[in-house]
Amino acid sequence: MHIFKFSRKSLGIPYLVFLIFFVVLPLLVLFYFAFTNGQGRFTFSNLTGFFTDPNAIGTLAYSFAVAIVTTALCLLIAYPSAYFLATAGFRREGVLLLLFIMPMWINFSLRITALKEILTVIEGNLAKFPFLNAVVGMTYDFLPFMILPIYNTISRLDPSLIEAAKDLGANDRSAFLKVTLPLSMPGIISGVSMVFLPAMTNYVVLDMLYNSTYIMGSLIGSYFSAYNWHGGSMIALILLAIIIVFNILTGGSDDSKTSGAGGSLL
Amino acid sequence: MTKSFKRLFIILVLIFLYAPILILILYSFTSSTTIGAIRGFSLQNYVTLFTTPELRNMIIGTLLLAVGSAAIATLLGTLGAIGSFYSSRRLGIVYNSLNQVPVINADVVTGFSLCILLVEVLFIDKDTFIPLVAGHVVLCAPFVYLSVIPKLKQMDSYIYEAALDLGATPFRALRRVVLPQIASGIISGFALAITLSLDDYFIATYTKPSTFDTISTYVVNATKGSQTSIKTALWALCAVIFVAVVLVVTVSNLRSAKKEETEEHAV
Repeated sequence: MHIFKFSRKSLGIPYLVFLIFFVVLPLLVLFYFAFTNGQGRFTFSNLTGFFTDPNAIGTLAYSFAVAIVTTALCLLIAYPSAYFLATAGFRREGVLLLLFIMPMWINFSLRITALKEILTVIEGNLAKFPFLNAVVGMTYDFLPFMILPIYNTISRLDPSLIEAAKDLGANDRSAFLKVTLPLSMPGIISGVSMVFLPAMTNYVVLDMLYNSTYIMGSLIGSYFSAYNWHGGSMIALILLAIIIVFNILTGGSDDSKTSGAGGSLL
Repeated sequence: MTKSFKRLFIILVLIFLYAPILILILYSFTSSTTIGAIRGFSLQNYVTLFTTPELRNMIIGTLLLAVGSAAIATLLGTLGAIGSFYSSRRLGIVYNSLNQVPVINADVVTGFSLCILLVEVLFIDKDTFIPLVAGHVVLCAPFVYLSVIPKLKQMDSYIYEAALDLGATPFRALRRVVLPQIASGIISGFALAITLSLDDYFIATYTKPSTFDTISTYVVNATKGSQTSIKTALWALCAVIFVAVVLVVTVSNLRSAKKEETEEHAV
């Protein structure tokens, strides 16, 4: 009889099998469904169907616009917040940071419910300003995910670099532009990747605010409810392609998402 | 820029983040059904929240799902990290890349693709909870893996060898020597897994049994519905969760601050 010999390497086998079965296999099936029709025959019609459907193309463009504006707005609010927090020397810096991060741990659907009630008081009918509300809702949802990585990068910068720049004749402004800002790029990039992709796919925020489904992720949802697996798979595949391109452009995500999700704080 | 300007900016951002939640919590203690005129103090929302079976089941179900799938994810992710760390370089890269796929992928795509494989191809009934639990483990395990790997790298690799030289079996050496060294990574991975599972909407919506709801899927459907008593009971839920998060954050930070202090004294 073969006696099982314990080795450290073999401990990883269950996880490897799990990843292959629940991560790789679903993606292969997705690929198969995206390029077949209901009869199981190979076809490009799902792909051409997407790019010839004005509604689908419009949704794609709208999603990009929402995601870009949301990311820009998040960055515009998050960078000064993180910068002031890390450099102004507030007495309770740790507590303030926690206040910025804490919304991550409150269920997003309840936070969006709260936002919806407030926006309704201010605007009346939320469907009147769909783009504005989409951007406000997503900024509200994702802002902490942008602040944390930027804060982490800036707070780890060596202060003597700024002193050196000033000794060499730089004023506050150029020391910031030429030293602090370039060195905080890694934080900005991981913050952007934490916000941009969810903003493209997270249709539920819009759905909750004003019952809109005019965003990429919701196309999958609509195919899902119509039991059109092949069309839905193609949309998922297109999203996947966008995600891969985005990750190549930002140079991979390393472990930024772990620190971004607040794990390092607990 | 003066310090008071910086302070003002930070305060404004915090108001943006917290005003909606705090206003909702305030109104959860009233009998008002919309934000506007306050109609007087009432605890009715809290009574509804804790006595309506539908709401209670949904909350308990969400918590059980989070703890259960986080436990499985922690076991799998930790073993995976140990296995990957001691494997050959090439196999290690395979582990790392596969582990990264669900991290990078959108939850919509993860949930949809799992649903197709398990439900459409393998005909596993969603009512068995297998697709839902599998989906949440896929969501959480990679983050456990990512929080354990750094601890393994920081570890002094000779202590394991030393334990073997001193007569420990490999399993015993792993349990008594390696495990304590990576425990902090496992614990933070588990905590992260719980928060990820609690906050998930997309994976649950594609893989859950139709009669089962998590907090997220329930709230999303309820905001579109018109049942007012349920709607305002969810405001109370918001208050309860807010207080719970504040408590957990405060306690865990006080504890880590205390730990740091004692460690400083020890040195």
